[in-house]
Amino acid sequence: MNDNKLINLVNITKSYDNTVILDDLSLYVRENEFVTLLGPSGCGKTTTLRIIGGFETPDKGQVVFEGKDITKLPPNERQLNTVFQKYALFNHMTIAENIAFGLKIKKKSGDYIKDKIKYALKLVNLDGYENRMPNSLSGGQQQRIAIARAIVNEPKVLLLDEPLGALDLKLRQDMQYELIRLKNELGITFVYVTHDQEEALTMSDTIVVMNQGYIQQIGTPEKIYNEPENAFVADFIGDSNIIAATMVEDRLVNILGANFPCVDDGFGKQKPVDVVIRPEDIDLVKPSEGILTGRVTSLIFKGVHYEMEVMAGGREWLVHSTDLCAVGTEVGIKVDPFDIQIMNKPASEDEQAVVPGE
Amino acid sequence: MVKNFFKRFYIGIILLFLYAPIIILIILSFNKSKSRAKWGGFTLKWYAELFQNDDIMRALYTTLILAFVSALIATIIGTAGAFAINAMKKTPRVIMLGITNIPMLNADIVTGISLMLLFVALRFSLGFTSVLLAHITFNIPYVLLSVMPKLKQLNPNTFEAAQDLGASPFYAFFKVILPDIFPGIISGYFLAFTMSLDDFVITYFTKGPEINTLSTKIYTEVRKGIKPEIYALSTIMFTAILLLLIIANRKSGEKNIPLRK
Repeated sequence: MNDNKLINLVNITKSYDNTVILDDLSLYVRENEFVTLLGPSGCGKTTTLRIIGGFETPDKGQVVFEGKDITKLPPNERQLNTVFQKYALFNHMTIAENIAFGLKIKKKSGDYIKDKIKYALKLVNLDGYENRMPNSLSGGQQQRIAIARAIVNEPKVLLLDEPLGALDLKLRQDMQYELIRLKNELGITFVYVTHDQEEALTMSDTIVVMNQGYIQQIGTPEKIYNEPENAFVADFIGDSNIIAATMVEDRLVNILGANFPCVDDGFGKQKPVDVVIRPEDIDLVKPSEGILTGRVTSLIFKGVHYEMEVMAGGREWLVHSTDLCAVGTEVGIKVDPFDIQIMNKPASEDEQAVVPGE
Repeated sequence: MVKNFFKRFYIGIILLFLYAPIIILIILSFNKSKSRAKWGGFTLKWYAELFQNDDIMRALYTTLILAFVSALIATIIGTAGAFAINAMKKTPRVIMLGITNIPMLNADIVTGISLMLLFVALRFSLGFTSVLLAHITFNIPYVLLSVMPKLKQLNPNTFEAAQDLGASPFYAFFKVILPDIFPGIISGYFLAFTMSLDDFVITYFTKGPEINTLSTKIYTEVRKGIKPEIYALSTIMFTAILLLLIIANRKSGEKNIPLRK
């Protein structure tokens, strides 16, 4: 990955029927990067992708591709290809005709097209499917054909709009690995849209978390997971305990009446903050060794771990642990200082959606 | 076993009552005797006479041209209309579909008389053109009816996917969208063709004195007393319509065939 900004969205604003979908959004994608736009439905992620693809025109702002303004360029003149959520294969054409569609428009020779079809089908592990019709394939196979149809055109960027949304869990996981492999083999830039945080964490180089038309946080999967910038990100990415607390002084935070050492400083003294503690970062110890004490109120076996709820300091704490503590057990709660993530409190409900840097 | 027998018996009875009149008609068309009560042996005489009757042949020609042209124009208007209606928001779409269904639900006689009154009011002389316009009018809803479901099934991303792959909107429409809904258009055309072929009442009121379609011709003949030629003609019409309907059904079912050589 180098630092070339391949796609640059500058101050994009878009609204439909007086509803603002995107508000002054700026974002860039580097060459060869796997960027995921992540957020709940209606957050503007698909609209952002459609603006990059040319299917929507922003009300304000610019789309810059390789240094050129392409805001007004129609989709058929952009060097990008899209994989749609519902495959959008051409049902009256064979698989080979589907894949050849873009190449025929570009007037490539018959031999070239034949080779490309073979190569693309091999790449998506569907050799020999040339003469099948789309309706005779399973959902996962159709999606792989849609990907093959897009990549034969050798786009600089592949846009993927929740391409795995319609597939079942097992297939989705297989396809995630397949997509990572494809990206590494082809060396092209991926812009991926999903509402599935696990998918985003697994595949991305960079995750852009969006909500209500605003970017909430941009960062690597590790950064987004471990150091969420606000309560929305913390809540959206994985399970978490988000607790109102007070920063007593640098490196010491008071959570529900107990002082926890932490690693953050610069928040000031006696400042109200939110803390995020991931359920797997909470250690359940003997009551005498814990910073807070509580009682286990529920226990669920989840396969990899147990999910427990512990009543302590007047609220429920979600805890994931491989050690079992029976319901009713008195336990102590301990958290390592670097597992406590401190976040500034939003001043109001609306500020849940803050523009980074503000 | 017994249950199965009754099931078949029941269906057999229904089919018999439905088709008995037509079967009798077909049998009579091959009857050598002019009598309707007596079988005088097999003959193709009536068919031969039918094809020598200039009046009837002219009516057949008018009917076919009328069906062909009215179905073609109705298919073009109906398909374009289906696209427009499909693109509407929900409430206007429901209202539009309701309005376009009226010619189909309305009693033929009402449609026929009102069209005639309209033509007369507009000082439009009754003749081939007026019948053609009338047929186009009542054919459009049938085209809408068969094209709309195909449009609904269409993945909204298909058109965008084609453009994404480099197709101009024009190329994408003709290469991707139209072929995808083509079975619906074809079955709409055949349905309209059949309806036009079939119509008597509306044609009767809008045709004027100079021209006759088969159905109006038969009607005038019948008043003079039925000739066995008419049985032969009816048999041919029935067979033709049956064939058309089979083709139309085949066409709309064709999408389900997964493999293609």
